[in-house]
Amino acid sequence: MSRWLPRAYLTLVYLLLYVPIGILVLFSFNDSRSGYTWGGLSLRWYQSLFNNNAMVEAMWNSLWLALSAATVSTVIGALTALALHRYRFRGKKMLNGMLFVVMMSPEIVLAISLLALFLLVGIQLGYVSLLLAHVTFCLPFVVITVMARLSGFDERLPEAARDLGASDFTMTRTVLIPVIMPALLAGWLLGFTLSLDDVVVSTFVSGPSYEILPLRIYSMVRVGLKPEVNALGTLLLVFSLVMLMLSQWILSRSKR
Amino acid sequence: MRSLMQQPFRTAVLVLVWGWLLFLVLAPNLLVVGASVATRDPVSFISLPLNLDAYRQLFDPLYLEVFLHSLYMAAMTTLVCLLIGYPFAWALSRVPGRRQLLLIFLLIVPFWTNSLVRTYALKLLLATNGLLNSALLGLGWIDEPLKMLYTEGAVVIGLVYLLLPFMILPLYSVFDDLRQELLLASHDLGAGRVATFFHVIVPLTLPGVLAGVMLVLLPAMGLFFVPDILGGSRNLLVGNVIKNQFLDARNWPFGAAASIVLTITMAFLMFAHKLSKQRIGEDGV
Amino acid sequence: MKKTLLSLRNLTKQFDGKTVLDSLDLDIADGEFITLLGPSGCGKTTLLRLMAGFEHPDAGSISLAGEELIDVAPENRPLNTVFQHYALFPHMSVFDNVAYGLKMEKRPKDEIRQRVEEALAMVQLQDYVARKPHQLSGGQQQRVAIARAVVKRPKMLLLDEPLSALDFKLRRTMQVELKRLQRELGITFVFVTHDQEEALSMSDRVVVFKDGVVQQLGTPREVYERPANLFTARFVGETNFFPGRVEAADAGDSITVDVLGLKRTFRRPDFAVVDGQSLHVLLRPEDIRVLAPDDTEGLPGRVVERNYKGSTLDSVIHLEDGTEVLASEFFDEDDPTFDYRLGEPVRVSWVDGWEWLLPEESAAAEAEAVTDA
Repeated sequence: MSRWLPRAYLTLVYLLLYVPIGILVLFSFNDSRSGYTWGGLSLRWYQSLFNNNAMVEAMWNSLWLALSAATVSTVIGALTALALHRYRFRGKKMLNGMLFVVMMSPEIVLAISLLALFLLVGIQLGYVSLLLAHVTFCLPFVVITVMARLSGFDERLPEAARDLGASDFTMTRTVLIPVIMPALLAGWLLGFTLSLDDVVVSTFVSGPSYEILPLRIYSMVRVGLKPEVNALGTLLLVFSLVMLMLSQWILSRSKR
Repeated sequence: MRSLMQQPFRTAVLVLVWGWLLFLVLAPNLLVVGASVATRDPVSFISLPLNLDAYRQLFDPLYLEVFLHSLYMAAMTTLVCLLIGYPFAWALSRVPGRRQLLLIFLLIVPFWTNSLVRTYALKLLLATNGLLNSALLGLGWIDEPLKMLYTEGAVVIGLVYLLLPFMILPLYSVFDDLRQELLLASHDLGAGRVATFFHVIVPLTLPGVLAGVMLVLLPAMGLFFVPDILGGSRNLLVGNVIKNQFLDARNWPFGAAASIVLTITMAFLMFAHKLSKQRIGEDGV
Repeated sequence: MKKTLLSLRNLTKQFDGKTVLDSLDLDIADGEFITLLGPSGCGKTTLLRLMAGFEHPDAGSISLAGEELIDVAPENRPLNTVFQHYALFPHMSVFDNVAYGLKMEKRPKDEIRQRVEEALAMVQLQDYVARKPHQLSGGQQQRVAIARAVVKRPKMLLLDEPLSALDFKLRRTMQVELKRLQRELGITFVFVTHDQEEALSMSDRVVVFKDGVVQQLGTPREVYERPANLFTARFVGETNFFPGRVEAADAGDSITVDVLGLKRTFRRPDFAVVDGQSLHVLLRPEDIRVLAPDDTEGLPGRVVERNYKGSTLDSVIHLEDGTEVLASEFFDEDDPTFDYRLGEPVRVSWVDGWEWLLPEESAAAEAEAVTDA
């Protein structure tokens, strides 16, 4: 195979992936009202975005939800990963299997099952239901991130620490936690982003009392074009990019 | 084991994790199964007696058509992703060292960006007075704007755009594991390129193909916001039907039965994936 | 020598500007077991890949029984390879792996079945036809790889460090088995290894490589007993080097050499010598004699290390001028007290005629020979 053909092909696909995003970013600075024609540079859509009180509130709601969902799922996910790694217990395979199924299931299946649960149990649709739902779909991702880290980790390190006189608690603090720290941070960032971007599950389990950003965007883009969405999309893109780069940086630095 | 963490700690962790999964995964799913065989009830959503009406309704010609159309669009999406993704993953796995890492990074950026926003970006391109039409008109390739938005094609394009990385990543992983020596061995034993492709490369990358199909086909039936934004009212996914039944029509049994169809599809794909991995001596998850 | 099967002429290969093979000439005879030996990165694997057709040379020719192979694709060359890590197809059974090459030749089903069974019987795996590679041990996988390559009845079998992944004992067994197979099949084997012991024990001829250049080509005995240069001497087996200075070069068949103050008479080497010239006197550890300190012969020294090896006793002796000598002596059945204490004074000597002389090489070449070995 000649060399330029695969290269040209890779380039083409990346172009297809990035052209729409590029146009979105470009048009977020567009002064024109129509949304399709270029009318010069302007920050007016960013301005109108931040002047929109409902939008700003939804933004804060989303950030708070993502923050709490990422934190809770990281704590539970890390404990789960440690338990799966360290302990032998009955139903371990089933636990693994359930996490895998949660990860692979179509979001909509998870969404309606949680909606059914919340309505039948009587959990009010709002922050709590969103938190429970988001933690549930973030959990498997945190678990596999931490598990991957633990599986590459020398089983004898804790033993070595104990051998050198560290107590159980000291060993956990000085060996185990530092080893899984990068995975915890990466898992947290991933959970944060998944939560911030989720549309499908949130559509079902959120209520009028707690409006979040993706749903606000959803109601805006269903009909027509809203240039504010360009601005908002650009902000989200930059935000995600920073998060992803942070997570890659943490993971790659810890490999050395 | 006991020495590494104290028993009470272990018990607490296991109770927490099991509790979470039983309450928020197992119980809700059993509820859905239950709902699918219950009777529709406008007040309490479901009621007795149990029956299979909802499953019968799946075969109602009206819905059957919607399902088949959704399946068709999902299958097209999967096929297009596979056709684009297979050579892409192959080429990607051959890119040397550091550049490969950068390219993979570029591939997962979209995974981390808001999918609604990306779908909306496509709308900017595809609309009748959108950028693609303007460009084509400007170049003189077409005389009047093409109707691209609110078509079946637009839905497939949208789904491919959102799901392509999910096809590429598992494929990349199998191509990355594919040992160059095996291809040399095949040539050495007298097989040409075509024979090597079908006898060695295809079977060894099959687990990646199936993993990719699983990661694309299922969401391609569920991502209801894609037709909402790009497809208009005639190009619905199974996801749209489920959403309508649960949120608007309040017909839980029917929505639940439709979602069980998705779950069964998933189970089937997972089983195929496991088999294909066992064939090449890896234990499937 | 038997007639030439494969002949390589002026073969040159570079990777990214680095020369891996430098205008190499080599003739391989029909039916011989020839080993390419050298440290990693010496070009031996590249040479094998050129023969198999996985690489294309920058210059030169490869001809098999007079037919030029350079532009023949690997799948059309009548040679087969046993890969370093076996390269068995993981999705195929043992049977399908071995049958693969015959299926590619579009042989009739009955013939395939019969030949695969024969090949598997030859490597004693006839009961494993239905297994998958991952259900076999390393040694069994190795046998499948060999059966898969020989079932095509190639003119030549190329083996790329085929035993390197096996443990010591299994490696020994497979060495014997490979020799047996080669005798039975009568096929030419080209064997690549970095293990000098393996090379010596298996081959009819050994090619010693370094930096893409042949250092020596000869029988195992020639390579071991009469190394062509310092590199070969150091790479193949353990060697003691004594500095020597020619005292009298004109005494017919023999010359007199001063070795650390000791005057010894040696057979005249096949390179030209003049009076006062410095040269290396090479002695294998098993040629060294360790004598009592009151002996009149030899060089005085002290034992600084002793290693009991089962059949031999290896000792390191520090000579007075600082030279370290490695001696390897067989146990003397009649002398139960045969052993040394550390620090014990001894004298070191050898039987005249067992030495091998090499001229001095450039300082750079000598330094390199040390680091490579």
